This record gives sequence, C-alpha cells and structure tokens, in this order.
Amino acid sequence: MPDGMNRGPDDGPALSVEGVSKNFGGVRAVSGVSTAVRRGEVFAIIGPNGAGKTTLLNMVSGFYKPDQGAIRFRDRDIGRMKPNQIAKLGIARTFQNIALFRGLTVLDNLMLGRHVRLKSGVFSSLLYWGPAQKEEICHRRRCEEIIDFLKLSDLRKTPAGALAYGLQKRVELGRALASDPTLLLLDEPMAGMNQEEKEDMVRYVLDVSAEWGTTIVLIEHDMGVVMDISDRVAVLDMGEKIAEGTPDEVRAAPKVIQAYLGTAH
Amino acid sequence: MVDFNWGFFLELVVSGVLIGLMYSLIALGFVLIYKSTDAINFAQGEFVMIAGIIVGACAASYGLPLWLAISLSVGFMVVFNVGLERTVLRPMIGRPIVAIIMATIGLAALLRGAGPFFFGAGTRPLNLPIDDAPIIIGDHFIYLNPIHLLGASAAVLFLLGFGWFFLKSRKGVAMRAVADSHQVSMAMGINVQRYFALAWVMAGVVAALGGVIWGSLLGVDTQLAIIGLKVFPVVILGGLDSIVGVIVGGIIVGVVENLAAGYLDPMVGGGTKDFTPYVLMILMLMFKPYGLFGKPIIERI
Repeated sequence: MPDGMNRGPDDGPALSVEGVSKNFGGVRAVSGVSTAVRRGEVFAIIGPNGAGKTTLLNMVSGFYKPDQGAIRFRDRDIGRMKPNQIAKLGIARTFQNIALFRGLTVLDNLMLGRHVRLKSGVFSSLLYWGPAQKEEICHRRRCEEIIDFLKLSDLRKTPAGALAYGLQKRVELGRALASDPTLLLLDEPMAGMNQEEKEDMVRYVLDVSAEWGTTIVLIEHDMGVVMDISDRVAVLDMGEKIAEGTPDEVRAAPKVIQAYLGTAH
Repeated sequence: MVDFNWGFFLELVVSGVLIGLMYSLIALGFVLIYKSTDAINFAQGEFVMIAGIIVGACAASYGLPLWLAISLSVGFMVVFNVGLERTVLRPMIGRPIVAIIMATIGLAALLRGAGPFFFGAGTRPLNLPIDDAPIIIGDHFIYLNPIHLLGASAAVLFLLGFGWFFLKSRKGVAMRAVADSHQVSMAMGINVQRYFALAWVMAGVVAALGGVIWGSLLGVDTQLAIIGLKVFPVVILGGLDSIVGVIVGGIIVGVVENLAAGYLDPMVGGGTKDFTPYVLMILMLMFKPYGLFGKPIIERI
C-alpha cells in the first residue's frame, strides 16, 4: 500500500519530466516539455486533440522512448525502461480506448493487475502449491477490497466484455488500482460517459487520492471535471507546454484561452 | 437397412474417437502458439517428427531405455524451442504475422532436412512397452488398439491439464492476457517475451509427446511430419484459439475419417479417409470461418 512517504510535497516530486521530446517521422508530437508532479496531488494534462497528451503519457509508461530529455519517477530515470519494468516500480495506467481483457472475468482482470506483485515462480504456480497458494489468497483479498471499493461485487464473475461502457471504465480503474500503484496515470477516464457515470468516476478518483494518497495524473477533455478535481493543471498545445498552475491560474492564462478554451471543441 | 451392422459402426466410431483425440494432442501445439503469439506455426508437424526421430534413434539405435529416450527428446524440444524463440522469433515481435509464418515454413524445411542428416533416413520402430494385441469389448467384437487407447488417454490428460492451466492458473490467465493484447499486458507488468517463450516450450513438450505416440503407431521417419498437415482440419474445425475446439474438432475428424474409410472406401476403392477431413475443413471455412469455438474478430473501422 502507498504509505506516508507518498504525502508531503517537500519530499521531491513523484514524477518529473525534463525537456522531453518525441518525433514521429516529421511530426513533432511532444517538444521540450518539462513538468513535475508532486506526491499525492491530482495533476491534469489538458490540450486540444493532437496536442501530445497521450504521447507524453505513453512515454511515462514506457511504450515510447523519448528522443530527448529525461523522465524521473522518484528520482529514478525511467526514460529507457520497458513498460513491464515501469509497471513493477508502481506506475499503473488506464487506456483511452478501453483495454480490458474482454474474455476474462472482472476478478481475473483485477488479478492480472496484481501480476506485478506476484512472486512465486512458474513451477510452483503451475502446481498451485505451497507459497503460490498462500500468495494467491493474499492477492485475492486485496482484489476483493478493490471490488468493494468500486462497488463491483455483483459483477466479479462476469466477463469484462459483457459489461456496460461505464462499468468497463470502472473495472479498468480497478485493474490499475490492483497493482497498488503510487502513481496512477488515467488517459481520459471519463471519455464517452454520461453525466451520472462521470460523477461516479470523479468520486472514485477523488477517493483513491484521499484514501491511499496515490499520485494521479490524468488526461481529460471535460473542462468542468478537470477544474473541479485537479490540484494543478498543465496545458499542452502542438506538443509544447503553454501553461501550468492551479485551475484558476490556467483558466486565466491568455495563451490557454487563445489555444484551447477559446476555440469550439 | 435391416442388416445394419451396429458392431462395425460402433467400432469405427470408437476407434475414430481415440484417433481423433490423438489428433487433438498434435493440434494443441498449434493452438498454444496461436493463443499467445497470434501466429500459426507451420513447423509443428516437424517438431513432432524431430521429437519422434530422437526417441526412435536413442531407443532403437543406441539402445537407451525408453523413459530416458523420451526424457531426452522432451528436454531437447524444450531447449530447442527456447533457443528458437530467442534467436528467430523474438526479433520478429511487432513484425507482420506473415513474416513469422514464413519463418516457421522455412524452419519446417530446415527440420525436414536436419532429421535424416543427423539420424539417417531409415524408418525406425518405436515400441512402447505394451501388449499390442487388440482389446475386445462385448459380443460384437469391437477391436481396440491398445496404443490408440494409451495415446488417447495421454492426450486427454494433457488437454485437461492445459485447459486447467488456461482457465484457472495465474500464469495461464496471464498468457491469455498476452494473447489478447501485448501492449496492455506490458502495462500490467507482464513480461510478454517470457510468456512467448513459455508458449513455445509447451508446444515443444506437446510435440514430443505427440512424436512418441504417433511414432509408435507409424514408425519414425520424416513422413511423421505429415501429421502437422493432417491436423489442420482439426484446428480449423475447432477454432484456432480454443482448447475445447481442439478436442471436439479432433473427435469429429477422427470419426468422419474412420466412417469414410469403413463405408465409402469399399465403394470407391479406397482413399476417402485422406480427403474427407479436408472437405470438412473447406465447408467450415465457407460457413463458419472462425471454427466451432473460435473467437470471431471484429475490427473497428
């Protein structure tokens, strides 16, 4: 579980991005972005479509390697690490398009989220014997806690693909939580939801932050949501960071109004 | 039909089921690879052949005890497939599937040459230490080949074992997750390459077992590789990614093949056994291309 270490902004940033750039062919998707996310805060990244938000997130979670710059997670350079290694350090993420394992049950999806915490080797788990069995029970308990937390109790044996859209998004959040992350990356957790589903999701995100002190970085298009739940906001446009600060500061920045809030979206 | 010979019919069906289950075992090798890597391994038949030849060579030519010969063969397949995954297949991750398939076809040709090159081209017997006098059941004289019975039992054990593995065990569920999406699995902290290696190792072990069973029926030489082609209808019928499908597909092919041999062959002078499974396969591809239990893939555009 995330502990007290996670709290307290004086303890150094949870995540820092230093002059990071990424090109795809001739397209400069992210260019020279620097920012720091404090421990325990809810940090939003906003910007018009194609601003480079998801690219940035993909670099943090290791799917893309930055062309320039460094990414540090608790003072550790993760810019060159593989996604599965980064996941093991305690960074979990959700995806913009739901990426659940559709054929697996809700519970199995969550148990896979705990994969990074699995210790027993192939053979003992093949035999389901001794330590492997004890470990499984312990992981199962943690998953049940998350299932309760997200109010998914009735659905634990349902294949994830059979759930309604909003519920699938919730299961995806649960799967990310199952790894006990200290940093949670949410790529548009409320996209495509109706108002009620959005309100639910907002509550869960705030609860995660309050209850476990998890640092949360989210990309979101719904400005109302972003301004409500974020401690700080960074605004990207055309791959560059054009503003950063509290929601009020960002809302007032002329560049932001020009680039983002002023245009129909 | 007043004189319909039920005994004969039953015998054909029962031995068809047994042979079908032995097909399922070979087909399982395809499914294991397809489930985790999305590629079809055209060298699976050659794996069976090499494994069989090694057992045959060790036991018949070098006089090793059978258990040691089989262990050596299984061990070789494990080492060989780990090496194969490292050197040939891992660099292919992320390339088009066709590239991987072509690589396995090349591998098949290589293995077909390597078998006789290292072990000689002659056919060797592979004798399992069981009495091969037919078992007779009931008054209708249903003859059962004990090797069929042993092979089918081994196949059922393995199929159940893998079924449990994929449905219940943590690693098996992780493997299904890898098959579902490499990217998301990595985000879950799953080492995708390690699971690829595991899939190839399992396919190798299954091939070794298949080589022993089929080798004991047919004798071991390069012809054993043809079994890889013979089980294609099984895999297509059942669906490429389903273990249940492999069992059902195997039984259907085994029974149809046997019935054709029993009833059609006398009418046309033989040979129907060899093509009826492919007729089934083509019909399946026309009407239900994902097989009986396969997962239809819906592409979002």
